[in-house]
Parts: sequence; C-alpha cells; structure tokens
Amino acid sequence: MTTHYLVLSALLFAIGAIGVLTRRNAIVVFMCVELMLNACNLAFVTFARQHGNLDGQLIAFFVMVVAAAEVVIGLAIIVMIFRTRRSASVDDASLLKY
Amino acid sequence: MGETITFWVLAVVSVAGALGLVFSRKAVYSALMLGVVMLSLAVLYAVQDAPFLAAVQIIVYTGAVMMLFLFVLMLVGVDSADSLVETIKGQRFWAAVAGLGFAALLALGIGNVTLSPAAGLGNAVKQAGGNVPSLAQLVFTRHVFAFEVTSALLITAALGAMVLAHRERVRPKATQRDLARARFSGPQPSPLPGPGTYALHNAIDMPALLPDGTLSPKSINRVLARHDEEAGVTPTDPRKAAIVKQLLAKDVLVEDGSGGGGDEEARDDDAVHDTAREGAHDVVKDNVVRDDVTDMDVQDDAVRDDVARSGDVEEAAHREDVK
Repeated sequence: MTTHYLVLSALLFAIGAIGVLTRRNAIVVFMCVELMLNACNLAFVTFARQHGNLDGQLIAFFVMVVAAAEVVIGLAIIVMIFRTRRSASVDDASLLKY
Repeated sequence: MGETITFWVLAVVSVAGALGLVFSRKAVYSALMLGVVMLSLAVLYAVQDAPFLAAVQIIVYTGAVMMLFLFVLMLVGVDSADSLVETIKGQRFWAAVAGLGFAALLALGIGNVTLSPAAGLGNAVKQAGGNVPSLAQLVFTRHVFAFEVTSALLITAALGAMVLAHRERVRPKATQRDLARARFSGPQPSPLPGPGTYALHNAIDMPALLPDGTLSPKSINRVLARHDEEAGVTPTDPRKAAIVKQLLAKDVLVEDGSGGGGDEEARDDDAVHDTAREGAHDVVKDNVVRDDVTDMDVQDDAVRDDVARSGDVEEAAHREDVK
C-alpha cells in the first residue's frame, strides 16, 4: 500500500510542476506550488507510517506552517504587483530582466 | 480492504482535481479544484493514522489558505484569464515532456523498491497515548527549536504582509466640498440619465429616449454593451447599435491610449456611468478614486495637488485641457 501512496504523491507533484511551468497567471502558479507542497506532505505521512516513526508527521506539520506563511507573503506580493502593473501575469513582471 | 477502496477512490479524485487545477482556463475553477485535492488528501491522511494532520489540513489549507486565494482572486479580478500566447517557443511542449518524464522517473523508481509491510504507528503512539499527545511530546522536546523558529517565521510573515499591503496616502482625502466643486465645474452636474427612463421599457439594457425622440448615449451601460459584444449579441434597435458601436470604439481608443496604471483604475471604477468626463472632473475624481499612485504620475499629481489645495479646480481643468 505504501507504494501506492508514494506513486500518488509523485503524480500530484509532477502535475503541480507542469502547472508551475506552463501557467501564466501568478495566482494559478501559486496554487500549483501549493499542490506540490501537499504532495510532499502525503509522502511524509506515508513514510511516517512505513517506518513507524512520528517524525514524518511532524515535518508535514511544519511544512504546512511554512506553506501558510509563504502563501501570505506571496499573495501580498501578487496584490502589490497587480496594483502597480495592473496584471497578474508572470510575464508582465519583467522589469528586472532588462 | 476499506483502506484500499478509500485510496483508489480518492486517488482518482485527487489526480483528476490536480489535472483540473492545471488545465482549467478560469482561475476560480483552479481554486475549487485545489480545494478538492486538499480535501481528499486530508482524508488520505486520516486513513494513514494521522488524524491531527487531517484536521490541520482541513482547517489551515481548505479553510484559511483557500479563502486567502479566493480573496486575492476576487481582488485581482476573476476575469484576468491566462493569455494563451507562448512567450517562449515550445515552452508548453517541453514543460509537459519534463513533467511527464519526471513523473515516470519517480513512479518507476518508487515502483521498483520492495518495501517491507508498513510498521504502523502503533508503537510510536503507545507511550504518550494517542496521536496528538505523541506529536505534542515531539514538538516540545526533540523539535522545540524548530517550533520556536516557526513562531519567528510567522511573525515575520505577518509583518511582511503588513508592509507589503500598506500604502501611503500621498494627498489629502477629497472633502465633500471638493467633490461638489468638481461636479459642478464638470460637464454634467446632474446624474446621468438612467436606462429606459423615457422609453417604453425600463430594463437596464434599454437606452433612454430624449424629448426629441433620439436615444441618449449617456444612458447606455457600457459594461453591458461590452459584455453583449463579447457574447456576439448586437442590439436589435439599429440606432442603439450605432451608439453602442461608437461607445465601444471610444473605449478601445482609451484603452490603447492609457499608459499609466492610474487612468485605468479610474476608468474601471466608473465604467458604468462614464460617458463624458474631462477636465476638472478628472482632477477630483482622481483624488477620490486613486489612493495608490504609480510612480509614473507622481509629478503630475503634485501639480494637481497644489491646485486642488488652493481650491481652484477650475484652473486645474484648464491646465488639464491644455495638456
């Protein structure tokens, strides 16, 4: 059963990665990052059960905390970029590129 | 057996949700799909002897984080659809190849491992008596430093969000006096005519008739007109069709001409009732609508500010016109 969970986790992670690479809307990209974090959490929980050790669950808990903080800051940045540039597209925030 | 069924149902649901998240065009659908994935993952946690994490997943992720996402989505504008233009040639294709290759690599790697049957958490939680007490024991003993650092992280995040979301008011708030002055020095002191006021119908999409029987362009709701046009609906009344066409053409001109972010915001705000507004109207309305100032027109604003403060809005109008 452990293998199944791990394969599911890998699939979700890969789908999230494809989303990050292809989508343009910054918010959707962000949601895909969340999906990847969730997939990692699933792997952590699975390994915790596999090895009979609670540390995996604890790490998943910490990942959730960090993800929450990351969402707050990321969305604040997106809102700020939207305010100044009137766009939530990742292509439009290219001032530092040139 | 129960776990197997739960797993297969939820695995299908969560992978479908994840695919929906990536491939749906509208951002709100993506958010809902992400919610589905998170809920099914919460159940999978519960199945795998992690009741605490399941609860936290639902409370923190589907509760707080998804709400935050939806809030920002609504703030930024639901209709900000993704552009389908590829800025990097072949990016989508290669991203898909990379993603699928990655998935295949991971899945094959994991599939090839022979694992002993899961040890289960029975022994780990026996000593403290339950999942939550055991986790608490770990948090406050072995991982207490990480826990403390997390609190610092959260405080930093809260402060950062406040700093990022804060904006200075760069000019005084327009008083009622300023508003009234601007209104009466503008081209239209009265409210704009409502739709269908003097016509046979009073539906929102009926233009008002003027006393001489012609249609009043000011009464046509531009948002509805634009919406109709996007849906491919043309007004049956040819006179209205002509006016709508004119209005929309003007809109396109405005959109092309506006360089700064500010103009657009002002336009968005009163798109409904905005047919004729120039000069002084602009000055004070800008004062009201635009609290945030993009750096491009700070200078411009300084000029306007001085004028508005001296109370001479009339002159500002003139200056605007000259410009």
